[in-house]
Amino acid sequence: MSVVDRQEWDVVVVGAGGAGLRAAIEARERGARTAVICKSLFGKAHTVMAEGGIAAAMANANEHDSWQVHFRDTMRGGKFLNQWRMAELHAQEAPQRVWELETWGALFDRTKDGRISQRNFGGHEYPRLAHVGDRTGLELIRTLQQKIVSLQQQDHRETGDYESRLKVFQECTVTRVLKDGNRVSGVFGYERESGRFFVLEAPSVVIATGGIGKSFKVTSNSWEYTGDGHALALLAGAPLLNMEFVQFHPTGMVWPPSVKGILVTESVRGDGGVLRNSEGKRFMFDYIPDVFKEKYAESEEEGDRWYEDPDHNRRPPELLPRDEVARAINSEVKAGRGSPHGGVFLDVSTRMPAEVIKRRLPSMYHQFKELADVDITAEAMEVGPTCHYVMGGIAVDSDTAAARGVPGLYAAGEVAGGMHGSNRLGGNSLSDLLVFGRRAGLHAAEYAASLAFERPAVDDTQVDSAAAEALRPFSAEGPAPGEEDGRPPENPYTLHQELQQAMNDLVGIIRREAEMAQALEKLAELRVRARRAGVEGHRQFNPGWHLALDLRNMLLVSECVARAALERTESRGGHTREDHPAMERTWRNINLLCRLTDPTGGLAATDPVRGQIALTRETTDPIRADLLALFDKEELVKYLAEEELYE
Amino acid sequence: MATGTEPHPNSGGVRSGTRAAITAPHLRTDRWWLAPAVTAAGLLAFVVYSTWRAFADTDYYAAPYVSPFYSPCLAERCETMRSGPNWEIFGGWWGISPAILILVFPLGFRLTCYYYRKAYYRGFWASPPACAVAEPHKKYTGETRFPLILQNIHRYFFYAAIVVAGILTYDTVLSFRDEHYAWGHMGLGTLVFLVNITLIWAYTLSCHSCRHIVGGQLKHFSKHPVRYKAWQWVGKLNARHMLLAWASLVSVALADFYVYLVASGAFDDPRLF
Amino acid sequence: MSSYKAQFKVWRGDVQGGDLEDFTVEVNDGEVVLDIIHRLQATQAPDLAVRWNCKAGKCGSCSAEVNGRPRLMCMTRMSVFTREETITVTPLRAFPVVRDLVTDVGFNYEKAREVPAFVPPADLGPGEYRMMQEDVDRSQEFRKCIECFLCQDTCHVVRDHEENKRAFAGPRFLMRVAELDMHPLDAAEDSGLDRKTTAQDEHGLGYCNITKCCTEVCPEGIKITDNALIPLKERAVDRKYDPLVWLGSKIRRRSS
Repeated sequence: MSVVDRQEWDVVVVGAGGAGLRAAIEARERGARTAVICKSLFGKAHTVMAEGGIAAAMANANEHDSWQVHFRDTMRGGKFLNQWRMAELHAQEAPQRVWELETWGALFDRTKDGRISQRNFGGHEYPRLAHVGDRTGLELIRTLQQKIVSLQQQDHRETGDYESRLKVFQECTVTRVLKDGNRVSGVFGYERESGRFFVLEAPSVVIATGGIGKSFKVTSNSWEYTGDGHALALLAGAPLLNMEFVQFHPTGMVWPPSVKGILVTESVRGDGGVLRNSEGKRFMFDYIPDVFKEKYAESEEEGDRWYEDPDHNRRPPELLPRDEVARAINSEVKAGRGSPHGGVFLDVSTRMPAEVIKRRLPSMYHQFKELADVDITAEAMEVGPTCHYVMGGIAVDSDTAAARGVPGLYAAGEVAGGMHGSNRLGGNSLSDLLVFGRRAGLHAAEYAASLAFERPAVDDTQVDSAAAEALRPFSAEGPAPGEEDGRPPENPYTLHQELQQAMNDLVGIIRREAEMAQALEKLAELRVRARRAGVEGHRQFNPGWHLALDLRNMLLVSECVARAALERTESRGGHTREDHPAMERTWRNINLLCRLTDPTGGLAATDPVRGQIALTRETTDPIRADLLALFDKEELVKYLAEEELYE
Repeated sequence: MATGTEPHPNSGGVRSGTRAAITAPHLRTDRWWLAPAVTAAGLLAFVVYSTWRAFADTDYYAAPYVSPFYSPCLAERCETMRSGPNWEIFGGWWGISPAILILVFPLGFRLTCYYYRKAYYRGFWASPPACAVAEPHKKYTGETRFPLILQNIHRYFFYAAIVVAGILTYDTVLSFRDEHYAWGHMGLGTLVFLVNITLIWAYTLSCHSCRHIVGGQLKHFSKHPVRYKAWQWVGKLNARHMLLAWASLVSVALADFYVYLVASGAFDDPRLF
Repeated sequence: MSSYKAQFKVWRGDVQGGDLEDFTVEVNDGEVVLDIIHRLQATQAPDLAVRWNCKAGKCGSCSAEVNGRPRLMCMTRMSVFTREETITVTPLRAFPVVRDLVTDVGFNYEKAREVPAFVPPADLGPGEYRMMQEDVDRSQEFRKCIECFLCQDTCHVVRDHEENKRAFAGPRFLMRVAELDMHPLDAAEDSGLDRKTTAQDEHGLGYCNITKCCTEVCPEGIKITDNALIPLKERAVDRKYDPLVWLGSKIRRRSS
């Protein structure tokens, strides 16, 4: 068996985006020796793609804002499916987390009196998003990165070694969480550069790997988003929550084909951009759902006045939550009123002077100019829905971010479920990363400290089988059991493309029962073929091998999405069923949990019908009375079942 | 020059041992050599012309115009110019062209200018000749040691350049006279001088040191609104520093050449009024 | 929609050696160089190593040299080349090669660690920071940096002189020093750190001969030379070569 390098750490953080880095900072500041593992280079995580801002009720732009209003907006956006305690903590702690960034060197855009400027965004009642132009994610990741460097500089002064207490293992992939009994004992992974395996022994593991978008064809997500963390948790025995809720961002680029799916920030609409169909009509006025009727403008004039005078006018419907806008665009295109390349028009050129556009939306200007030859100060953009975010994720305890059922396992950020309910509001993601990243780091460090003298032991047989699993693509030439000889190994790139196409077409933005059943069959077929995914070359920086290993994760997660989507017979937030178009109050307090069918974590079972995932239903805790009291009765009756209201 | 036959080149720079084994010193396919070649040719032409004119010691004054190369004229041997600018600070002992006395300052200003540094480092020293094109030198220490560390005194030349520009402004005012020193006239030469002095000022004020001194050195613009405005204004000029450097270089040579033509009698200054 | 076959030369190999390999590959409308590299991976060279992430010019991962010029592959449109042109793609040539188009950019991370971090003012807590937009504009420009390291790659100080890597931080990290020195609330000076002096003494600002290649290759359009490096040089002059400023600061320090 391969010789495997082993190191001991207190806390291992998998993922170096906003949540992972915030967790690592917290764990290190609490005294835990902390290792961060990331697939890319340090500072390249997908968080850099976030554009709009960080939602936090600091009340700098509108003094009426408060955490209660933010909480209310979040619950509405998530259609009351949110894990309400998470939404509460999030709304309460977000301002602290933003202010803290300033003490680490972040430079947000400013108000006239020198405080952090805040901008409007879909679903937020007040201007609430702290931002830096349209590159807020970059500012966030760079600030956290630089904070980590500053902690390393401090360690260097004290110990002579930058990496004595906090180390980033960049360009490494974790393929298994190791366990001692039911407790976490470490992680197994490989260095992408050399292909060498390694084990980090640690009592606490924080998963912060982001989302699953790379299972879909049209997505704003990067190659890293292969659902690794979701799969790691599943394989370690932790359940995933509400995986059917996948957010399709309403505005992705649609042309040219090579950039299809790349995000067009919501700030375009927040700052005044409007959506039009091929007839030039602002169609969003036709798509305001009943639950939002009182909150949105009925005429273009009122909507336009709102930018100047938000206290006396209602907001334009372009700023409805993302799920509503995405569905509306989808309907317009289906009705034949789309743009030439199958989207709709998003226009700022007629709404703002060119100078203002370039100042407020510099990277959008740049992106369209460079990639599509479109000058957004002179013409409209073409946009359409793109797979953007998964609301579902690892089921966690609201306060501690601990994954259910696996002591020592924590999850934060997009990979954790519950916080956003059935649909996430723009801007709530970056604040989620910070709030729960910190909580995960804090509790992971405390848990590790409590086990300082009885650290869980790493089981060698688990290490060996993890190594064998990782090496399998190199010996995939042989025929699968029961199949005829001489068939060449499968090309992982082809398998990936087929998976993306299937998920996009069959479990996409609008879902139907028959299509999802078909998707499950296709996934079963791909699963069988993926076992024969073979690669050429050797282990040193071999992208074909990396993809072959990531396929396991994408297939697991895709099955979760498809199964849960088939099960939930209603439409809510990021889950739209053509055959069940209404939101059902009886589903409001139902969570769907995915677990491995084979709880030993082996993936031998490839029975197409049974699959690898088992679903269970769970009724959620009732929302605390003082939080319910923040809403009007009339509003609550639209969401909550009778008996929930009068408890 | 690499021939492409070495198994692994290891001659430093992009061909160091651990870097990708590519024998060509660069793989650019565009005409990267054009810009440094044009720069070098332009600068060389000016050097040749100005050297000739500076040492010529003749044909630099034709009332009311004085060549910018000879202004102010500070030696006893200078031609007489009514109301200056010729002050006999240096006595009769100064034996060569009086231009040398004063050209030191604009020359120093331009030699240490951040734009010209780029131009001649690239054009003459090939350090580097163009981006991602390997430079021929074995060692490189940049501006860390003598003599190039002296580039740091640019701001003193800037102060001197302000004085020189002031004097050239004075010359331009004097050019509103006719050849009999009567005020209220204008010739083609006056226009040439006006254009030249405008460009000289624009170039001088667009200087990076100037930008630093008027406001760039501040940490809080908000506490110094006037200097902030000035900094923004200089910044706009500074963005065109290269253009202004060339434009003023050409205009100063042209102004001198115009005076030469008139002084040598090859051309008669057309009077406008 | 039109497509055509393009001629590519891609450097393949590792630190032991390697060569430019020829490929003929399909190109479609609107594609960028990274799309073509991905097509090579999917169809002809599955183990072709390349770094990339966002494919939208925001993360700075896919840095390489295309026809000898340092560029982001995801932002280099195929339409800038003629159909007849052979397009040569190599790894960054200032850093040690790992494999194919992937280089070891560790130099940059080492340099990042050598720049002392932001020093928060002692008397301000979270939420109490007040900064004016005009005071943060300059540093914000530098914080647009996506750390693609193209400026570090093209800078001849280290590209052509391996031995200078020890003493020279490179444009990206000198810009980081400038960013912190211009930060309206950085309290480094109160803690005894003078960034203006250390820029020259510890980060090698003097090696820069302002030939502007860093600015030329910056995919974010940051005016690295004019707005960061030259102002930093002027600030170093304030400290080290300007007796008037030096005297003034001495007197002010005494009187305060």
